Amino acid sequence: MTAAEPIFGTTIFDGAMAVKGYPLNKMCYSFNRKENRDAFLADQEAYMDKYGLNDGQKQAVRDKIVLNMIAEGGNIYYLAKFAGIFGLNVQDVGAQQTGMTVEAFKEMLRKQGE
Amino acid sequence: MARIVGGLTTSHIPAIGNAIARELFEDPYWRPFFDGYPPVRQWLDQVKPDIAIVIYNDHGLNFFLDKQPTFAVGAAAEYRNEDEGWGIPTIAPFKGDPAFSWHLINSIVADEFDLTTCQEMAVDHGFTVPMQLFWPNYAELGIRTVPLCINTVQHPLPSPKRCYALGKALGKAIASYPGDEKVVILGTGGLSHQLDGERAGFINKKFDLMCMEKIVDDPEYFLDMSILDLVRDAGAQGAEFILWLTMRGALNATVKEVHRNYHLPISNTATGLLCLENVD
Repeated sequence: MTAAEPIFGTTIFDGAMAVKGYPLNKMCYSFNRKENRDAFLADQEAYMDKYGLNDGQKQAVRDKIVLNMIAEGGNIYYLAKFAGIFGLNVQDVGAQQTGMTVEAFKEMLRKQGE
Repeated sequence: MARIVGGLTTSHIPAIGNAIARELFEDPYWRPFFDGYPPVRQWLDQVKPDIAIVIYNDHGLNFFLDKQPTFAVGAAAEYRNEDEGWGIPTIAPFKGDPAFSWHLINSIVADEFDLTTCQEMAVDHGFTVPMQLFWPNYAELGIRTVPLCINTVQHPLPSPKRCYALGKALGKAIASYPGDEKVVILGTGGLSHQLDGERAGFINKKFDLMCMEKIVDDPEYFLDMSILDLVRDAGAQGAEFILWLTMRGALNATVKEVHRNYHLPISNTATGLLCLENVD
């Protein structure tokens, strides 16, 4: 197999994506601190402006669509901090990305152990 | 001289930290996972290591993408856990050993691995969850630690071959330390899992079981694999298997398998636990 062969449903977070997603990931990195999570929730638009998100990134954040955030350069480890603000864990995020209910997503995981 | 008593592997996902905080040890979902650990704790009680080297990846606590070292090692007297943003409780700090860390750094850099050195380093779930699993009483025990952080966040990641060679340099460094410390090496993360994209939830049991088999007696099997091979076979975050390979590189060619457990799923992850004793 060659390195260039794409892998279904997988975005390799490389230099190009890291450049593209820098403002979005930097904002999400700031969510390690509670005062920043609170500031975001108090005024999301102002908070996104402060970090210089582009229009596509802002819309993906407003919509809370994880696949769109990844397409805009978001890295899953940073996006997990964003999801956490809304009480969503990686299974909720997995269900959203695969278009399943959370229960169906969990069942799909369980079945892979059989 | 210091000596390596063995190596351990374990998953390090935050859901485990959350389950520990909520004491879900007997919960039907969690029990097949937690039941794997007591035999390893018994082994640790017998060998009584003085120092744990924890090979893990930072997930955006200590490092951001402004500075993303490929290999970073702690050289602090203490390592703090901090808020990661989504809610597992912050736990007690971990003891370091700066003199030991600097010995490792000097030896490994002399072996041409150009490490980033950290005199302050916050440790996230990748480090804290394995420590809690193996030493629930780590704070009273006072076991000393060295965080060895490998980039698995931003590609290019270091190759399996490079990580295994780093492990060899680590093993050599430990063997030349002029103390009588007993050292255990933790290879954390894995096994197969993928959090991101339409392929989220991908698990590959067949590949995982092969990894657990081969890493014991034939670790060099993996050395020609690329990172993209690992992503394809083990999922985007399954590439953390390079952390296991680093651990295995530090051990002797021959190891004795003391214990193993493989269980899935825990959250989105297949979990692999191994306890390998170094054989001279």
